Amino acid sequence: MALSSISLIADPSGALYWPEHGLLAVSDLHLEKGSSYAARGQLLPPYDTAATLARLTRLIAHYAPRVVVSLGDSFHDGGGPARLGIADRDNLAVLQRGRDWIWITGNHDPEPAQNIGGAFHESLTLGALTFRHLPTGVAGEICGHLHPVARISQRGRSMRRRCFAADATRLVMPAFGAFTGGLNVRDAAFADLFGTLAFTAHMLGATQVYAFAATRCLRD
Amino acid sequence: MSLSDRIEAPPLLPDVFSQWFARRGWTPRTHQLELLAKAKAGRSALLIAPTGGGKTLAGFLPTLVELSEKATLHLSPRAGRGRPSEARSDEGASKVENDGEAPSSGAISPRSIAPPSPRARGEGRSSGIRREGGLHTLYISPLKALAVDIARNLEMPVREMNLPIRLETRTGDTPASKRQRQRRDPPDILLTTPEQLALLLASADAPYMFGSLRRVVLDELHSLVTSKRGDLLSLGLARLFKLAPAMTTVGLSATVAEPDELCRFLAPQPLDGEAKADLVIAHAGAQPMVTMLDTKERLPWAGHSARHALHEIYALIKQHKTTLIFVNTRSQAEFTFQSLWGINDDNLAIALHHGSLDVAQRRKVEDAMSAGKLRAVVCTSSLDLGVDWGDVDLVVNIGAPKGSSRLMQRVGRSNHRYDEPSKAVLVPSNRFEVLECRAAIDAVAANAQDTPPLRLGALDVLCQHILGRAVGEPFLSDELFAEVRSAAPYATLLRTDFDDAVDFVATGGYALKAYERFAKIRQTKDGKWRVAHPRVAQRYRMNIGTIVEADMLKVRLMRSRRGGAAMIPRGGRVLGQVEEYFIEGLTQGDTFVFAGEILKYEALVENEVYVSRSTATDPKVPAYEGGKFPLSTYLAARVRGILADPKAWRALPDQVREWLEIQEWRSLLPPAGDLLVETFPRGNKNYLVCYPFEGRLAHQTLGMLLTRRLERAGMKPLGFVANEYALAVWGLSDLGACMARGELSLGALFAEDMLGDDLEEWLAESALMKRTFRSCAIIAGLIERRFPGEEKSRRQVTMSTDLVYDVLRKHQPDHILLRAARADAATGLLDIKRLAEMLSRIQGRIVHKSLDRVSPLAVPVMLEIGRETVYGEAADTLLAEAAGELIKEAMH
Repeated sequence: MALSSISLIADPSGALYWPEHGLLAVSDLHLEKGSSYAARGQLLPPYDTAATLARLTRLIAHYAPRVVVSLGDSFHDGGGPARLGIADRDNLAVLQRGRDWIWITGNHDPEPAQNIGGAFHESLTLGALTFRHLPTGVAGEICGHLHPVARISQRGRSMRRRCFAADATRLVMPAFGAFTGGLNVRDAAFADLFGTLAFTAHMLGATQVYAFAATRCLRD
Repeated sequence: MSLSDRIEAPPLLPDVFSQWFARRGWTPRTHQLELLAKAKAGRSALLIAPTGGGKTLAGFLPTLVELSEKATLHLSPRAGRGRPSEARSDEGASKVENDGEAPSSGAISPRSIAPPSPRARGEGRSSGIRREGGLHTLYISPLKALAVDIARNLEMPVREMNLPIRLETRTGDTPASKRQRQRRDPPDILLTTPEQLALLLASADAPYMFGSLRRVVLDELHSLVTSKRGDLLSLGLARLFKLAPAMTTVGLSATVAEPDELCRFLAPQPLDGEAKADLVIAHAGAQPMVTMLDTKERLPWAGHSARHALHEIYALIKQHKTTLIFVNTRSQAEFTFQSLWGINDDNLAIALHHGSLDVAQRRKVEDAMSAGKLRAVVCTSSLDLGVDWGDVDLVVNIGAPKGSSRLMQRVGRSNHRYDEPSKAVLVPSNRFEVLECRAAIDAVAANAQDTPPLRLGALDVLCQHILGRAVGEPFLSDELFAEVRSAAPYATLLRTDFDDAVDFVATGGYALKAYERFAKIRQTKDGKWRVAHPRVAQRYRMNIGTIVEADMLKVRLMRSRRGGAAMIPRGGRVLGQVEEYFIEGLTQGDTFVFAGEILKYEALVENEVYVSRSTATDPKVPAYEGGKFPLSTYLAARVRGILADPKAWRALPDQVREWLEIQEWRSLLPPAGDLLVETFPRGNKNYLVCYPFEGRLAHQTLGMLLTRRLERAGMKPLGFVANEYALAVWGLSDLGACMARGELSLGALFAEDMLGDDLEEWLAESALMKRTFRSCAIIAGLIERRFPGEEKSRRQVTMSTDLVYDVLRKHQPDHILLRAARADAATGLLDIKRLAEMLSRIQGRIVHKSLDRVSPLAVPVMLEIGRETVYGEAADTLLAEAAGELIKEAMH
């Protein structure tokens, strides 16, 4: 995948790797979403953080990145970092060891948090690319927030998967968290961002990413 | 039966009742008097009676008599002799008294929504009776409409005998003010549904409201006990027995295979051994006349439309006064209705009735029916139960009957005059269904019942009930466990499962104890569990019940667009509801049949489907959905028996007999207990077809597992299709040749161990399993139901139950909800239990036949290829294929 002529690897797990800088980006981890619901009375399993970190661990083992960027909404709410369990906290610290770790702030976690390591930034610009949580639509932007999913129908079966949504200069990353739902790329929010439907949905398969023109994707 | 036919009526039946019977020209039926005697003796009873046997009146007669006597008593106080309510006053009288004296609401409960319960109306009486009046009888029906209908029917004798009895219904439609009033001042008789009972019990007023209860009447019990609603009801009943120890039950049921199980359901189970209500069987009436349509047309090889027999069905309608035409699915109903109108030269009044139609429209059909204005109604199982329709003189059943009890109940819908035989014609829609119809007719003649056995109570329902109990009033674990075990479906419940359920309700039941501070119920110092916050109670009330519908979308007929405007004008008449997954497969402009018309799909706006009328003559999307009910094990065995016995073929139509004879000559017909597996090449593929006769769901699961195994054996399977009788798998490798070379063993392929790792692996990703989990999660209260106004998020919630399933499965595979989902999968959408029984039955009994071309028996299932959508799990292959197409397009 190329963005503003920079080549990037879209991993089927929903992460983005930039070989030139050894940078691995993931978006919308929504850690501690389970406990956030639990606090409001819905006792969802408390294993989502562990599940998300386990997937992240595999990715980091695979790419051995120098920099990890978490593109905002890393925690489901401001209280998330404080609710982080001991084991999860330790795992996170191990992942951060020996590399730069950048927390981009998001709308769910606008404030820097204590005791979770890493550095906090509102955005990060590296060469021609800018990483920020909320999309603004400028060229060279890599953002999250929208949780894109695409739906395709083939032989009477409908498949709905998380996806990267991208045109030649802008990219919206899929949500990486274990409990994160999605917004269909045919929603008006995407047409507004890209101006038209001239963008591509890169759907996440089991072992590979499949590209479809947005016009080929179905509404929900 | 303990009472002879020559019962002396007077002592049982008060004068006013005898006179009323006489005025109407009726004689009380034996079973009606028997139930009265049971009530007098303080016994619970199960009445098994055919439709039209005066079942409802039998159920209520004891109540009407007791209430009328009480009134008499009140006017002229001549002691309580003969009052059934005092016959048992020795039992727990003081406890009842206590409960009655302590104004329970407010004092014990964490929150009280009703004003303090008014004390007994009138002066408290000295012995066992708590107070004058109060709720005497609770009637529970599976259908809201039935409760309303029964109330209407009961009003007649009450009015005509001028009985001082107040009877009321309580359903989801009852206005809030009336519900409030019903709690404060309950009627004598309350008619309601299992869900409403659960709601009433989860209230601080429950001891007040139900303390006076003398009787519970459970209607259509045979249908209630087969589902989770029955589990919920059983737990409610256990609670009622605690609140009103003098209470007895009356169950009303159609004939079932194991009446003893229903008798157990009706009585609180003791710690060891079992308790049963008494059984009363009504005289069965005349033997029904069931025949198979002897069609002059060619019998189709496959399909479910029965198109070939339409003219013959129409002729039957013309010959009868009113005909009920049962079909197995909504789409069949639509098709049949449309086709009948296509040939309705005489403009006969033929109507349509199925569960997806708008309620108002259904009500209209029902009213026209009772008014005798209709000649025929095409309907689905939506009319299996309930509303009594007088004048039906013929039942036509299109397609396979699926079970002999089900068929007998449907047949019973015709001719409600008890002593005349009901008349029914079965119309098989393909050759295999001829065999099934034959088997069913034989079963009816032998009066063989095949209703399913009593369920084991589900754990998700237990979780819901436990929360409900805490909402009602704080409970002690030991006491509640004993109460729950007294419900027949939970009589064998393990203490560990119960404790897990309590733990789940409190903090989610996770091994990782992370949620203590978010607990929904907490133990106080005295050991009692109580709700932690009023909000918990409120949410419980919003999420009560065990019916989890598929996501349904409203279908609206679009108003005409003005001047070809691009916008869809909002609003328009609602035609009914359709499953979301059906609409997902459509694109704009596709035509399909719904509500008796061919409609064009225009758009999905939020959660409403907009359609317009189409001029097309053939719908583009055939919407056959497999029958909801799989072929019963009993009928399946009979069908296998017919196949194995050439002598039995004489009773079959010529075309079908020939078909079987050619099969025997070209391949073979296996002995009844064996499994025939055929392999043959066709086109450039190789096929394996087997005939387990275990129903589509079990076959579908078998297909999933077999393809997995073949894949692993390097046999390159490409797909499979299943119908009710057979399963066909195809692939690139020549399976027959592999077996001949000894590279593939059928015994190993069909070995029981496929239900081990293969099943586990498949369950991990199965969409059906995720759907099963979702409903368990909703029932148990992990995930909340959605309500009007919140529906926009519907998709995200569906997504997240799948995600929750994935995460939970990985981190805590023995979590109580996963156990509940697995138990459901055994009998539900995956029918694993049936598959397991089949695999064990056929061990060492597989007969393989290698053929050079398709066999006659294989034709029906082969014809399904391409017609049936399969729940494949190979979504990635399809994605790759879809992406590949694009590449092709781009390159040309």
